[in-house]
Amino acid sequence: MSPSDTIIILPAYNEANHILQTLADLSSVSTQAEYDLLVINDGSTDQTADLARQAGCPCLSLPVHLGYGTALQTGYKYAVRNGYRYAIQMDTDGQHDVRFLPEIHRQLRLKTADVVVGSRFLPHDETSPTPRRPIYAGTLLRRLGIRLFRIILRLWGLSVTDPTSGFVGLQRSACEFLATDIFPFDYPDADVLLLLHRNGFAIREIPVYMYTNPERGSIHRGCAPFWYMIKELLAVLFAGVRSREIV
Amino acid sequence: MPLTQKIFAVIFSVLFLYAIFEMVRKRRLLEQYSVIWLALGTIMLVLGLWYDALLFVTRLIGAGFTSSTLFFFGITICLLLNLQASFELSRNATHIKNLTQEVALLKHELEEKQKEMNQ
Repeated sequence: MSPSDTIIILPAYNEANHILQTLADLSSVSTQAEYDLLVINDGSTDQTADLARQAGCPCLSLPVHLGYGTALQTGYKYAVRNGYRYAIQMDTDGQHDVRFLPEIHRQLRLKTADVVVGSRFLPHDETSPTPRRPIYAGTLLRRLGIRLFRIILRLWGLSVTDPTSGFVGLQRSACEFLATDIFPFDYPDADVLLLLHRNGFAIREIPVYMYTNPERGSIHRGCAPFWYMIKELLAVLFAGVRSREIV
Repeated sequence: MPLTQKIFAVIFSVLFLYAIFEMVRKRRLLEQYSVIWLALGTIMLVLGLWYDALLFVTRLIGAGFTSSTLFFFGITICLLLNLQASFELSRNATHIKNLTQEVALLKHELEEKQKEMNQ
């Protein structure tokens, strides 16, 4: 087994254009001993897996495309089976600024929380690096959605500024919990935070930068954002009314 | 009940039952899922042949017309079957997800082992 106790989970679907840059960014913030990387290729039809392997990054390929949630959970399962103490998930399309990875890692090591969420809305202090590109806060609909989810989560006593962040660090216990069939694999988002919160996992946010991905815009047009909102709203409400899994 | 109506009802039920039977025989439909459809076809056949039974049920539920009874039960059964199909679909989606993940994890493990052996 590798010497590292931390794994970076990188779900990727058709990210041939970004994967090398993301991996290069990751190697710039860390030495190899600090983190193990794992790309989870979610049935990509492009060169994502080959490029990751050529770059020397372990890559696990799902034989069919089943979506972000499935890829993510595969990472949790891998982390649990291989004895990692900490897992950090981030996007491979360059949306998440890797320079905040050490801080998430530090918070996990200090055990300040079971789940450390990178928030694009928390204010930065002078110790933060300068942003590399214009900061992204989402489309109007997305921002309205985030506000709505904030309010709903607060009803259950969970105060977070960025409930839909995908830049998240997990302690092993949280990883084990999400590796079971409890995990909502269709649209894991704000509902996962509520699920974790209601089952006694402590959640903490730290400020990060997120950037827009110019190519992303195209698939989020049309009815998709509305459909997403309705599904996610339902998922959050159900996460709120289900009985606790851990008693 | 007019004779033509009766003949139509019986022919339709028999064809329906035959279609289900053929699907099971050709393995297009699993036996466990055929039970409900065979039962439904049999009920249709019985009601077609035995009009008094339909009249009895109509009186029992307080419906004004026999056609209301048929629509009510027809639609209710379709709803329940659809719900059951959605339930199966949800369960299968979870199974497919777990199996896909398992394939990916095992394949990766195998590749790692092979790499170790080659070194």
